[in-house]
Order: sequence, then structure tokens, then C-alpha cells
Amino acid sequence: MEKTNNKEPVLKIVDLKKSFGDNHVLNGFSLELYKGESLVIMGKSGSGKSVMIKCLMGLLVHDSGLIEIMGHDLSKLTLNQLNDLRSQIGFLFQGSALYDSMTVRENLEFPLRKNKEKFKQKDALVLEALESVGLAHVMDLMPEELSGGMKRRVALARAIILKPKIIIYDEPTTGLDPITSKEIIQLMRDIQEKYGASSLIITHDVDCARVIANRMILLIDGVNYAEGSFAELALSTDKNIKAFFK
Amino acid sequence: MKSKSTQLATKFKSFFEEIGDLAYFAGRFFKEVFTRPFEFKELLRQCYNMGIRSLLLVGVTGFILGLVFTLQSRPTLMEFGAESWMPSMVSISIVREIGPVIIALICAGRIGSGIGAELGSMRVTEQIDAMEVSGTNPFKYLVVTRILAATLMLPLLIIFGDAVALVGSAIIENLKGEVSFLLYFNKVADALEFSDVIPATIKTFFFGFAIGLVGTFKGYYCKKGTVGVGEASNSAVVYTSMLLFVIDFIAVFIVDIFFEV
Repeated sequence: MEKTNNKEPVLKIVDLKKSFGDNHVLNGFSLELYKGESLVIMGKSGSGKSVMIKCLMGLLVHDSGLIEIMGHDLSKLTLNQLNDLRSQIGFLFQGSALYDSMTVRENLEFPLRKNKEKFKQKDALVLEALESVGLAHVMDLMPEELSGGMKRRVALARAIILKPKIIIYDEPTTGLDPITSKEIIQLMRDIQEKYGASSLIITHDVDCARVIANRMILLIDGVNYAEGSFAELALSTDKNIKAFFK
Repeated sequence: MKSKSTQLATKFKSFFEEIGDLAYFAGRFFKEVFTRPFEFKELLRQCYNMGIRSLLLVGVTGFILGLVFTLQSRPTLMEFGAESWMPSMVSISIVREIGPVIIALICAGRIGSGIGAELGSMRVTEQIDAMEVSGTNPFKYLVVTRILAATLMLPLLIIFGDAVALVGSAIIENLKGEVSFLLYFNKVADALEFSDVIPATIKTFFFGFAIGLVGTFKGYYCKKGTVGVGEASNSAVVYTSMLLFVIDFIAVFIVDIFFEV
């Protein structure tokens, strides 16, 4: 994808540090995600990607550094304010994380519960979100009745139902076959175009990064190792960077 | 390698840390149970799951308990020519002690392990994280509703189980001793007093609370992986069972002071 020229950051992380005992996972990671941009973060397993997004969503408390989402410093928000902010962010979990005990429809209705206005329009919103991922016909099925690819698409529908300004994808294609992966990547592009949201994508999948990234950051040992477009990084002669593109 | 005394000290430390965490968890429950929003729909769903779906198990257990207890006691009472005391003895024993404890243990197995496994697998598959990032308070939605449902449903299940146990006992008395059902239940009604029924019923609320609390605690803080889910489910039953006996002892002790049984 081509670079976006919009330089308004909707998400800013500065010098983020997080340790678990003696294990220093994030050692000063920084990023800026701009409006309408798709930023891909690549890193090896254990490089701190998941910890970073958990800090970003307030699921883990960071040790030091700044996390600013749409101008709000995460560390200064009350739980209610944080929850309001979270409703403007869509999150696609690696394992889809659909609620087992609920139907697809109830899964999609769940994020609407906090917003009375939107909850009144739940039927239309659920249908619209499911149509966006091509699965309007599975509305009354349970998650266990869906294939892995369908689950991921339903999870994507749940992530976009509130029309978020930022969508975070945690390994969106992991565990899927190549054809389904391509379908998911295409859906991510379609959603990006339809909703104009900023996307932060954590992935190992080079094909996914090539198709979707406006910009990439390589995360190694908890810090930004390299940053640039896919083409710039793919042509790098640095052996650590080349290792990602083999 | 650590010495045995160091290992023992570490185990003691982690045990008391867990007790502290459980107390904090219980405190959070009491804080959140009285604040909005109230998850009535989920509470009703949990009441149905824990209450209605346990009826068959509790009923069968209670019925067999009544049958066996009467069959086993009959020869001894006959030796003393005291068969007529059977309804009084069975009803007081079942209502005061055996019914609540046995049925609570059965429910610890069914409800406690179910909660531990369900929340544990939700934790492992990031469903709890998904709730949190969607702006919902998962503690209120998952934990508060389950503890409340267990607290409300267990007394009802135990009353039902006690009643079925008495029916089982009456059937044996009817078959072996030719005591009519009417006579049997008249004797039961004469034997039971408020001081038997009320304290026994009050303690069942605590039993239900303990089952819900330990099950949700173990599941909510489940460690990663399928092994963690198994451990959460298993330890929920073990800890709850121990806790039930502790609560029962305290309840009997208090009743003994106030009612001078």
C-alpha cells in the first residue's frame, strides 16, 4: 500500500518499558500511528509484541513511558474513561476470542451493550458488520460450529461493529491456511477503505505485511530495531532485518 | 537444589499469599455486587445453569442418601426396639447436617469445577481480555453473577435434596416397616423444629458463596495453557471441599452457642 501523508497521530507510544521480574520485555519502545495509516509491527516470538499491545489496551500496566491514544494519556484515565476510549478501538485477537457460550449474534451485540443509542440499532449494526465480512448467514450459529477462518472473520466483524477509529490486529493470519489468510488480508484492506480507521497490525506474515503496510517497525529485544516501508526494509542488507524477509 | 525446609517455607508462603488474594477477590465481589450496572440477564442464565441443571444430580443423590441411611440405621434401631424413632432421627440428621454437607460437596464437584474450567478456558483463550477491551467489566459480568447465582441456588438445591432424601427414607419405611407416608411425614414434622431448619438453611448460603467464590477465583486467575484449566477445575473442587467443612464446623459451633443443642 502507498504511504499516507496524514501526520496526525492517533496513537503515540514513547519510550515504553515493561519488565516481569528480571525479564525486561520492552526496553524503550516507541511508535506513532497516524490517522488512516496501516502500521505493521514485526518481531520474533518473545520480542514483546503481545506485551506492547496489552499495555496499549490497558490490560497490563507499563513500568514507564507514555501511551497516548487520541490525545489521552492512558496512565491518567479512570477505569470508566479507559472503557470509553476502548470502545473507539477495535481489537482482533490472535485466537479470535469469540465467547463460546454465545451465538455469533450475541458475540457481536456484546460490545454494543455500553452504548444505549447503538444498542437500539443492534440488529442493523450486527447485520452490517457481518455483511462486511461476508458471513450474514451464520448469525444464529454458535462459535463451535464455525471453521477457523469463519471465526476470525466473525471476530473481525465484532472488532468493527462500533466503527472504531483504531483497529488493532494481533497476528490476524496466524493458524489459517494460505487461501483463508489472503481472504482475511483482503477483508482488512476493504475495512480500511470502508471505515478509514487507522490499523496497527502485529504479524509474522510477510505476505500480510507486504499487502497491508504503509509503514513497518521491526521490534527486536523490546526496542525499535528498524522502521520504514516494506520495500525499504525488504531491501536492507542488515542480517537481522533480512532474517524477517527470508 | 533447595532444601526441604526452604521448599516447605515457600509452599507455606504461597498458601498464605493465595489466602490473601482470595480475601481481596472476595472484597472486590462485595464492592462490585452493589454497584451498577447489574447483569440480571447473565445472573438468571447462571441460576438456570446451576439450579435447574443440577436438579437431577441432586435429586438422585438425595434419594439414594435417604434410602441408604434408612436401610443402614434400621437394624440398629430395631435392636433397641426404637424403629418408631426412625423418621425423627433421619429427618434431623439429614436436615441439620448430612443433607447440606453431602449435597454441597456434590455441587462443589459439579458447579465449582464447572465454573473453574469455564472461566479458566475463557482466560486461556483470551475471552476475558476480549470482554475487557470491549469496555465491559468482566469481573462483574463473569464473577459477580456466578457467585450470586451459586449463593442463591445452593440453598434451594439443598432443600430440594433434603426433601427427596426424606421421600427415599419414607419409601424404605413403607416397604420394610409398613409405615404409611402420612404417618412418616407427620412424625418428621413433629421432630423438626425451627432451630433445626433455620441455622441449617442459613449455612447453605455460605456453602453456595464458598463454591462460587473459589470456583471463580481459580478460573479467573488461571495460568496459561490447558494444564492450567485442568488445575483450576481440580483445585476449585479441592479447596471448596475443605472450605465447606470449615464453614460447617464454624456454623455448628455458632449454633451450639446460641441454641444450646
